[in-house]
Amino acid sequence: MRIFGRVSQEQIVFGLAVLLCIGFAVSLPGFLTASNVLNLVRSVSILGILGVAMGLVVIGRGIDLSLVALMAVSVAWMLNLVGSGMPLPQALAVGLAFSLLVGAVNGWFVAYAEVPAIFATLAMGTLIYGFGRYFLFALDVAYIPDAAKPLLWLGQGTLLGVPVPIYVFAAVCIAGYLFLRYARSGRYLRAVGDNLAAARITGVPVRPIIVLQYLLSSMIGFLAGIVTAASVASMNTRLALSTYVYDVILVVVLGGIGLSGGKGGIRNVVVGTLLIGVLLNGMTIMDIQYTVQNVIKGVLLLTAIVIDTIVNPRDEQTAQQGDI
Amino acid sequence: MTLSDRIVRWRYRYVPDHLLGEILTKRWVDNAIPLLILLAVIAVFGSLIPDFFSAASISNLARQWGEFGLIVLALTIVMVAGGIDLSVGSTFALGNIVALALMNVAGWPVPAVVAGTLACGAAVGLVNGLLVGYLRLRAFLTTLVTLIIVRAVVDMLLLRYAVAIAAAFPDSDFWFFFGEGFVAGVPFSVVVTVGVAIVLHLVLSRTRAGWHVLAVGGSRRSSHNVGIPVRRVICATYVASGTLAALAGVLFASRLGAAGADIGIGLEIAALTAAVLGGNSLGGGRGSAAKAVIGSVTVMIMVNSLVRLGVTSGANSLLLGMVLLAAVMIDVRWLKNRYKFLSKVYVSPTYSDLPPAPGTDGASPYALNDRLRPVEAIGLDRIDGPEDVILDEEDHIYAGNRTGDIVRFLAPDYERQEIFAHVGGRPLGMAFARDGSLLVCIGGMGLYRVGRDRRIEKLTDETNRSWFSVIDDSRLRLADDLDIAPDGRVFFSEATVRYEMHEWPVDCLESRGNGRIICYDPRSGSTHTVLKNLVFPNGICMTHDGQSFLFAETWACRISRYWFDGAKKGTVEPVIPDLPGYPDNINRASDGTYWLALVGIRTPSLDLALRMPGFRRRMARRVAPDEWLYPNINTGCIVRFDESGRVIETLWDRSGDNHPMITSMREHRGYLYIGGILNNRVGRLKLDGADPAWTAQASYWGRT
Repeated sequence: MRIFGRVSQEQIVFGLAVLLCIGFAVSLPGFLTASNVLNLVRSVSILGILGVAMGLVVIGRGIDLSLVALMAVSVAWMLNLVGSGMPLPQALAVGLAFSLLVGAVNGWFVAYAEVPAIFATLAMGTLIYGFGRYFLFALDVAYIPDAAKPLLWLGQGTLLGVPVPIYVFAAVCIAGYLFLRYARSGRYLRAVGDNLAAARITGVPVRPIIVLQYLLSSMIGFLAGIVTAASVASMNTRLALSTYVYDVILVVVLGGIGLSGGKGGIRNVVVGTLLIGVLLNGMTIMDIQYTVQNVIKGVLLLTAIVIDTIVNPRDEQTAQQGDI
Repeated sequence: MTLSDRIVRWRYRYVPDHLLGEILTKRWVDNAIPLLILLAVIAVFGSLIPDFFSAASISNLARQWGEFGLIVLALTIVMVAGGIDLSVGSTFALGNIVALALMNVAGWPVPAVVAGTLACGAAVGLVNGLLVGYLRLRAFLTTLVTLIIVRAVVDMLLLRYAVAIAAAFPDSDFWFFFGEGFVAGVPFSVVVTVGVAIVLHLVLSRTRAGWHVLAVGGSRRSSHNVGIPVRRVICATYVASGTLAALAGVLFASRLGAAGADIGIGLEIAALTAAVLGGNSLGGGRGSAAKAVIGSVTVMIMVNSLVRLGVTSGANSLLLGMVLLAAVMIDVRWLKNRYKFLSKVYVSPTYSDLPPAPGTDGASPYALNDRLRPVEAIGLDRIDGPEDVILDEEDHIYAGNRTGDIVRFLAPDYERQEIFAHVGGRPLGMAFARDGSLLVCIGGMGLYRVGRDRRIEKLTDETNRSWFSVIDDSRLRLADDLDIAPDGRVFFSEATVRYEMHEWPVDCLESRGNGRIICYDPRSGSTHTVLKNLVFPNGICMTHDGQSFLFAETWACRISRYWFDGAKKGTVEPVIPDLPGYPDNINRASDGTYWLALVGIRTPSLDLALRMPGFRRRMARRVAPDEWLYPNINTGCIVRFDESGRVIETLWDRSGDNHPMITSMREHRGYLYIGGILNNRVGRLKLDGADPAWTAQASYWGRT
C-alpha cells in the first residue's frame, strides 16, 4: 500500500493516459497527428465541461444524475423558442432561468427535504425529460434555427487554429478552479463535502451551499448543452435517456474525486477527461463496436470505483446507515 | 358542574384520542398510506377509463403485473438489506433474450431453458453481490454500472441472435403456458408472483435467514457486531434479486417471444418507484412483500392507464419521476419524524374529576402526626427499591429490588441478606400460597411462582385479548399486585396496558381507565380478565369472607370491593371513594381491618389539571418530559381502615426524613414492615396493641 500512499489516483490515471497515448501512437497510424489530437480534445471537451459541473457537486458530497437530461431539455426548449420567433438573447435567458430553477428544486430536495441526492436527481432526470416531452416540445430532435446561427461558432468555430469548444472547456476549468480556490462559497462547498456535520457546527450555511452546488451544475450544464447543440447543429433530447451521464461520472471518479466528497479538484476532472478522451478516440480509430465500447467503459468505471473503495475504505464499522 | 365542564367531560368520554397514538405504534400503518394511494389510483383511473373493470382488461393487466411484480419483489429483497439493485431492468432483458435464444435457437427442453436462464440471472446477481457485499462498493453506482454492462451484453446478443430468434418458432405448449396459460382462471405469471411474494413474506417474517436480512438492513454495524455474516447476507440478496429478475424475463419471453432493443429500458426507475411507493425504505430495515405488492400494483395501474388514455410517452416519465420524488420525500420525512410525532401524540389525557380531598388537619382521621418517626431501617443502603415486603413463617423478610432479584433478610436480626431468587424484570407485589411458595407479580414479565426450593416458574404472562383494542393487550406489561383466594385462584392487577414499567407516572397524566384486574386459575392454568378500564389498579387484598377482594385505583384515589363469588358475584362497590392521596398496596391487619399505603398525597394543582385534559395534552406535547406536572409520589402515609370504609388511624412521618415514601406494608407478629419503590431500606415499626402472634399465613391459610 506504500505505492498507493505516495502515488495519488490522479497520478496513476495520468500515467495510464500517457501510456495509452504512447501505445496508440505506436500502434495506430494517424493517432498522433495534430489534427487528431485537436479533434480528440475537441470531442471530449463537452464531456469535460459536464465533468466540471458534476465534479463540483461530487466534491460537495452530492451527485447530479439529472445533469444531462436537464441540459438536453433546457437547450432543446431554448432552440424551439428561438425557432418560434423569440429573440436569441431572450431565449437564452429563459433557457438559463429554467435550468437554474430545476437546479434550485434539486437543491431544495437534497438540502431541505433531505432526500438522498442520488434519488432526488435520478427522479428529477426522468421527470424533467417527461416534462419537456409533454409540455415543451413535440419532436425528439431540436434543430438550430437560422436566428440562432451565431451560436454555431461556439461549437464549430476555431480561434488561432484551435476549436472553440476547447477554449470553453478551458474557461470553465479556470473558473471552477478559481471558485474552489478563492471564493468563500467554494471553500464552504469543500468543507460541506468533507464533513457536513462539522461544517454545520462551524457555522457554514450548509443548506444554501448545497443548493448552490446544484445551481452551479445546472448552469454549467446549460453552457455544455449549447456547445453540444452548436457542434452538431441540433439537440437530440433522447440524450436524456442514454447512459451519457454515467460517462460524466466516469470522468469524475476516474480522475480521483472521491464519491464520499471533499476530495479532489478541477485538475482531476481534466485528467479523467484526458484518459476517457484517449480511450474513446483510440477505440473509435480501431473501429471497436459501440456496444463493446460500452462494456469496456463499464468495466473501467467499475475498476475506478473498486480503486476508490480500496483507497477510501468503508466497512461495517464506518459505513453510515442509508449510505448507498 | 358547569356546562363547559360537562361538554369537556362528554368530549373526552366519547372521542377516543388515545387511538391515534396506538395506531401509530402499529407496524401496519406503514402499509396503510400506500394502500390508500392504491385505492385512490384505482378510483381515479377506474372512472376515467371505460372497461377498466372488465374481465379482459383486468386479466391483461394482471399478467403484466406478474412480471413487473417479480422485479419489484427482487428489488425489495435487496432494499430490505440496505442495498439497491438498479440492474434489475437489464437482468430482465438478459433473461428474456437468453430464454429465447436457448428455446428458439439452441432448442433446449423447457425445464433446461428455465434453469439456464435463472442461472444467468443468478450469475449477474452474484457479480453484484461480490462487488457490493464482499468488496463493499457503493450499491447504487455499482449496480448502475452493471446495468450498463449487462445492457451492452444484451445488445451484443441481440445483434447476433435477433434474426434467428425471430425466424424460429418453438413447438411446445408447455413453453407457451408460462406466458399465456391460466391456473384456475388466474394468469400463470400472477400465480408465480403471488407464490414468490408469499414465500418472501414467510422468509422475511419467520426464518432466521430473513431476520438476518432485516437485521443487516436495520443496522449493518450492529449485525456485524452480533456475528451475522453481513457480507454473505448482502451477497445472497443480490443473487436472489438477479434470479427473480431473470424469472420475470422468462415469463416475458414466453408471452411475447420478441427480442427488442428497448425491452426493460427504464424498468429500474419504475420498479424503484413501486418499491418506495409501497413503503419500503431506502437504506433498509423496513420492507415487506406486501409493501412490494401494493407498490407494484399502484405503479402498474398508473403506467398502464396512461398508455390506455393515449397520452404521449413523456407524460409517463413525468408521472413516474414525480411519484418517485414525492414517495422518497415522504419516506424520508416519515422515517425521520414518525417517532417524534408518536411521542408527542401518544400521551392522551382524559377528563378526571376527583372528589374533594379530605383535610389532614385537626379532627380529620387523616390528621398529620409523627408516628412513623420511630421506624427502624433494615438493610439500609443494601437494597434498591423494595416495592413490596413479605414475611414467611420463619420471620424472614422477602423484598424485590430494582435489578430483578428477590432479596431475603434472615431472621432474627436481619443483618444478613441473600438473594433468594433472581427472577429478572421488576418484582412488585408478592403473596405466599397455601403450599408456602411465593407468587410474584413482575413488571414487564407477568405472574411468576418461586417455590420453596427456589425454583422459578412462569404462571402466566398473557390474558385474553380485547376484541376492539388497537394495541395488543393480551401480553401483560405491568402486573402490579396480587392476592390469592381460598380456592387457590390468583387475582392480580395490571396497572396499565399503555405504558411500560419505567413510565408508570405518565399514566397519571392520562387518568384514563387503562388498567385491569386479571384472574389466574391454577386448576385449569387459564387466565382471563375480570375487570377492565380501571384507573391504575394497584393493591389487591382478600376480605375475610373469601368471596370478595378490595382493590385500590391509584389515580382515582379510591378503594373498591369486588365480589367474585357468592350472592353479589360480579358487582363492584365503593369502599373509600375519596382518599387524600394515591393508594398503593392493601394488606390485612391483625384485628380484621386493613392496612393501606398511600404512595403520595394529592395536590390541588394536579387535581385541577386532571379536570383540564387540554392543558395536560398541551403540556405533554410542548414541554420536555422532565418538566411535566407529575403526581407527588414522594410523601405518603399509612392508613388503617375497615370493610365499611371507615378510616381508623393514620401513620405519618411529618419530618419527611425517616420514612416518607411508602408503597406497601405488612403486619407480622406485632410489627409493621414497610416497603417503598424508591427506598433504600425496609422499615420496621413496633405496633402498640397488636396481636404479637398474628401472621398473615395464619390469617389466610389457618396455620401458625
